[in-house]
Amino acid sequence: MVQIFARVNGTEHPLPQDSRRTLLDWLREDLGLTGAKKGCDHGQCGACTVLVDGRRINSCLSLAQLHEGDEIETIEGIGGADSLSTLQKAFVTHDGFQCGYCTPGQICSAKALMRELAEGWPSAVSEDVAAHPPISGEELRERMSGNLCRCGAYSNIIAAIEEMIAEAPGTPAGRQDA
Amino acid sequence: MRLPLADLYNKPDERNLLDHTRQGIIGKPLDRPEGPLKVSGSATYAAEWKLPGCVDGVLVLASIAQGKVTKIHDKAALAMPGVLAVLADKAMLRRPAQGTAGKAPAQDVAKVEYFGQPVALVVAETFEQARDAALALKVEYKAAKSPIPFDPESPDAKVEKAPDRKAVKGGDLDKAMKNAAFSVDVEYDTPGHASAAMEPHATIAEWQDDKLILRGSYQMLAYNVKEIADCLSISPKKVRILSPYVGGGFGSKLGITHEAVAAAIAAKELGRPVRVVMTRQQVFQAVMRRSETRQRVRLACDAGGKLIGLGHEALVSNLPKEQFAEPVTQATEFLYGGDNRLLKVDVARISRMTAGSVRAPGEAVGMQVLEAAMDELAEKIGIDPIELRKRNLPGKVPVQGTAYSSRMLVEALEQGAQAFGWDQRNAQPCQSREGDWWIGMGVASAARVNMLIPAEARVTLKADGTALVETDQTDIGTGSYAILGQIAGEMLGLPIARVTVVLGDTSLPAGAGSGGSFGAISTGSAVMRACEAIRAKLADKLGCDAEALDLKDGVASSGDTSSPLEHLLDGGDIAEIGSIKPGKTALDYAQASYGAFFAEVAVHAFTGETRVRRMTGAFGFGRVLNAKTARSQCLGGMVWGIGSALTEELAFDLRDGHLVNHDLAEYHVPVHADVPAIEVILLEERDAAASPLQAKGVGELGICGAAGAIANAIHNACGVRVRSFPITLDKVLPHLPDPFAPDPFATAA
Repeated sequence: MVQIFARVNGTEHPLPQDSRRTLLDWLREDLGLTGAKKGCDHGQCGACTVLVDGRRINSCLSLAQLHEGDEIETIEGIGGADSLSTLQKAFVTHDGFQCGYCTPGQICSAKALMRELAEGWPSAVSEDVAAHPPISGEELRERMSGNLCRCGAYSNIIAAIEEMIAEAPGTPAGRQDA
Repeated sequence: MRLPLADLYNKPDERNLLDHTRQGIIGKPLDRPEGPLKVSGSATYAAEWKLPGCVDGVLVLASIAQGKVTKIHDKAALAMPGVLAVLADKAMLRRPAQGTAGKAPAQDVAKVEYFGQPVALVVAETFEQARDAALALKVEYKAAKSPIPFDPESPDAKVEKAPDRKAVKGGDLDKAMKNAAFSVDVEYDTPGHASAAMEPHATIAEWQDDKLILRGSYQMLAYNVKEIADCLSISPKKVRILSPYVGGGFGSKLGITHEAVAAAIAAKELGRPVRVVMTRQQVFQAVMRRSETRQRVRLACDAGGKLIGLGHEALVSNLPKEQFAEPVTQATEFLYGGDNRLLKVDVARISRMTAGSVRAPGEAVGMQVLEAAMDELAEKIGIDPIELRKRNLPGKVPVQGTAYSSRMLVEALEQGAQAFGWDQRNAQPCQSREGDWWIGMGVASAARVNMLIPAEARVTLKADGTALVETDQTDIGTGSYAILGQIAGEMLGLPIARVTVVLGDTSLPAGAGSGGSFGAISTGSAVMRACEAIRAKLADKLGCDAEALDLKDGVASSGDTSSPLEHLLDGGDIAEIGSIKPGKTALDYAQASYGAFFAEVAVHAFTGETRVRRMTGAFGFGRVLNAKTARSQCLGGMVWGIGSALTEELAFDLRDGHLVNHDLAEYHVPVHADVPAIEVILLEERDAAASPLQAKGVGELGICGAAGAIANAIHNACGVRVRSFPITLDKVLPHLPDPFAPDPFATAA
């Protein structure tokens, strides 16, 4: 069997031999990157959100072997406990979590969302799909709706994201180092 | 060492120590100390421990609702790659344990009592192998000859009085209804709910000789140890549970669940650690549900809007012999007056997964219905619904005659109303329209009983002037790490950075566990008492009375004398175990946390879709231990209120008893887009009857009545009174007024 590889948080790793292994299970079980969580294994909760080539995906819905050559970023790549990113810090300050289980997914999702906004992607609530979407609470809530939080920290999560946007230098939502 | 203080909380502790300490961190909105771990994905949850040689087990669920397993064709499964075992041990759980059970629930999985009950466990080297084999496993069943109904409303369903709750009867309710100047007699229903904690139930079991170590996701470890030990017929001393981080519980992890016992049995059998993680669908089908309810509410009042009669009767359901019956009338017992009363709960014995505690059992569904009925009464009388509530707060608990401890319901209603802008509400429906949307406002009271339960904690003041708090208390997102550290820091005069909190390990003193909003006040009181004992020793060392001891920023002082703790301790640690148990204060006072909800909704004039536009909640729950985490608890509860009002519903197929919507795509918990900006007001209150901390529970208060405010807002918006939760658009649509009519309220009436 040919060995194929993907890069995770900047380091190359061999992808698993079992074709059934999801990207999520590969990250958690083989690489020990348990920051991405398994909440439903069906792409319904968003706890497993990671970035693949900068785009957010539900890693439970993707088979690991499909990611040959991909650049994958997980919460561990965004910032460790003693090297938190601006967004992670904002989550702590605004109490954007309670039990913490959905949190890495929320943060990965929020990071990708910034780029989507910067690139002008419309959402279901954008009034003009051709125009650059405004950064409103409504837009943020719509775009974060793939990430469930049963503790109900939603208001605080949005506050954390808004703080990051407010602090981002230059163009709104232009900041990439979430 | 034992504290000189009595364990039993027999008399309200009026000393109010935490208002006299000087560190100034109690109540402050400090960040959670474990926050950096959680936001970086480095907090270790149950399924994430790496144990050498650990293998994976996957449960197999019954595909019939009632009968017997006659044969498990394990040969084919065992021949599949990597498969190590197929187990259907007699000790495996048929039902999960109820909260605080402390003993084994129903075992023996050969008997099937509900659709989706676990019947076997398949273990393999990898998760994928175990999952494949579990899917392939053939199980033969023999259907029960005389099955019980799936439907609580079936005439064949056996209906019993709630085994764990006495009916409240006083005066003559029928007569009061007849004599009332105004009355309502209405029936509401609420559907079953799922806790749906984000982390599915998971256990890694490991045997070290005859000692069992479980790393799992549980809420009440000291009870869970006894439950698992009883299940396996071993001594509780041989069991250790580790649960430092729990990905939500909401009642579903109070008692030991199927995967824990199955993992322990498999690990024993294989001589290797075994991990069993329930799938999301399995959690929905096999773990506790909140019972659906049918509730009749009767309210009778005199011409002055004073209640003379109150009836609240509920039908709930559970499996045969379960002691738990959703305590729907729990808050109705003490909230409003009306001496002619009848409050009771009946339970229908049916075949659905076990019913048990889901966040705020009782009040969560009882209060939303009572508060919707109160709105109906206010409308009939023609007075403001806030005014109706204020007129009906009794001086003592009706029938029982118990005195209230602190009760800040009026303050909550008034301050909430002001912050929300209640004076902008038009009492008449259909008076506010924005485009295609009717806009309306609603109010409801919040009430949730307060409970203190036995708890212990150890606090060690170390020679270096730092403190260590240790207990098996869990933090399920509630903020235990934060508030226990703050209590210790405040009591010992230490900045929060000098306090470390270690939780979730049964080798530590037994805390209360997380549930029923009792974790913070129970385990917090134990921490406080341990610190009091330490303070007494420090006072001795300093040569002053404990009352005269001042502790701040690591310095002990009294009068002119002062000494840094490091000097005073002189190289020695002081370790004390604090303890508390419920005593007479629990009987002498009706204790509850109170609040008020305000909601503004938009109801689509053509489709009947409801959107919550904003919400305000004002809450009084004694001393606030951490304003940030307390606020989050309230926010979370109100989000549950939105789900309960509009989207959440367990749907059963009454032909075969299966749960139709057994995942997060079909069971609709609120998402970001459903939750507007929510305002939370925390009222300053002290309640000495509740705990030495002067604090009461807050974990569940935010849900208790919230959905009622939304239902009332829907009526205020469009004139439609829906008495069946959740209020989905199909229930609103047929009753909507003509969206084009010049005076829509006239057509709606």
